[in-house]
Amino acid sequence: MEYKDYYKTLNVAKDASAEEIKRAYRRLARKYHPDVSKDKDGEARFKEINEAYEVLKDEEKRKAYDSFGANWQAGQDFRPPPGYDERFRSGGFRTGGASPHEFSDFFESLFGSGRSRQAPEEFSFFDQGFEDVGRDLHAQISISLEDSYFGAKKTITLNRTVDEGGGRISVQPQSLQVTIPKGVIEGQQIRLEGQGEAGAAKRGAQGNLFLEIVFLPHPMFTVVKRDIYLTLPITPWEAALGATIAVPTLGGKVDLKLPSHSQSGQKLRLKGRGLCSKYQVGNQYVTLAVHVPEARTAEQKELYLRMAQLMPFNPRSGLGG
Amino acid sequence: MTEKYSITVLDEDMTWGFSEICTICRVDHELVFEMVNEGVLTPEGPSPETWRFNAVAIKRIQVTCRLQHDLGVNLPGAALALDLLEELEELRSRLRQMT
Repeated sequence: MEYKDYYKTLNVAKDASAEEIKRAYRRLARKYHPDVSKDKDGEARFKEINEAYEVLKDEEKRKAYDSFGANWQAGQDFRPPPGYDERFRSGGFRTGGASPHEFSDFFESLFGSGRSRQAPEEFSFFDQGFEDVGRDLHAQISISLEDSYFGAKKTITLNRTVDEGGGRISVQPQSLQVTIPKGVIEGQQIRLEGQGEAGAAKRGAQGNLFLEIVFLPHPMFTVVKRDIYLTLPITPWEAALGATIAVPTLGGKVDLKLPSHSQSGQKLRLKGRGLCSKYQVGNQYVTLAVHVPEARTAEQKELYLRMAQLMPFNPRSGLGG
Repeated sequence: MTEKYSITVLDEDMTWGFSEICTICRVDHELVFEMVNEGVLTPEGPSPETWRFNAVAIKRIQVTCRLQHDLGVNLPGAALALDLLEELEELRSRLRQMT
């Protein structure tokens, strides 16, 4: 089991006052709150910060933690010393109703499981009138644009509170297969009924699971709501003369009819080629980018000069020159 | 591992009444009412009996609850954070478009 340096986690000195600890915690909690932080490790950091604060804000727990001595390094292999005061392990507190924080093995071996359900929540808008229903779980699921375009099946792992009977509760990873419906978009939530935590009472209903959709970056496309965007490089002659070009879409290549006299920056629409759900239609927008071939040989240079003669043209006329 | 359960996409085609949204988010009527008064939620319809909330409202309620619970912010503070977070998200999305 790895030793956790709670002072380091909160970035405070070992002799920091309760006020200093609280201030450090508040600042870090705001910074790494999963709803605020876009940091990849934000959620993990937030849990660590809460765990550290859970110990350091409580005078008795802090004393017990400090009693191991100041020479421990974070990550060092740790066993509680013989005779370690067992009374801390009785647990009996609970963590947030909205964002359950799981604590590390290190924490639980010292202070017991922090997941007791008995104490009612103060200052919470949660659970009122729903005491028998298990807690709702919230998580994010990252999917590719293709997963949304075609629909998909994903397996996710959730840390769930499991009632082992006899009053023992533990947190265990559980796999769950999730069907991603066609046409879900970023920020939307899918609600999986009864896949939250089990109810406190035996006959209590399970809570629900809310999964928020996050799109993984795509090498070719960007996405805005239901619409897919692609920048399409074309040649000057395709732009001038028009052409039929095979354009990649999420559903495979489709022929795009490029009209003559096309220009860089023009946007063409491929109707219905975006993220479509049962009732909503997304399009793909293709932004043209004319790429100009380099004139390397004498012959090629000659050709450009002939173009200049044959097609006198001032793209800067709008700039007063 | 696989179980039968129903999946609902909380998308732009769905709306919920006052009581329904309280049940889904498992919050008090009072909180939703206060959030409407604060201008955080803008349901369609003139009166609580006819209010219809969309999926954005569900997310706003959930985030508000988490911010209140985890960070101890009050409702106007959560409302401000929500607005700023949404604006940030919008700007990030535009930035992704440009790069």
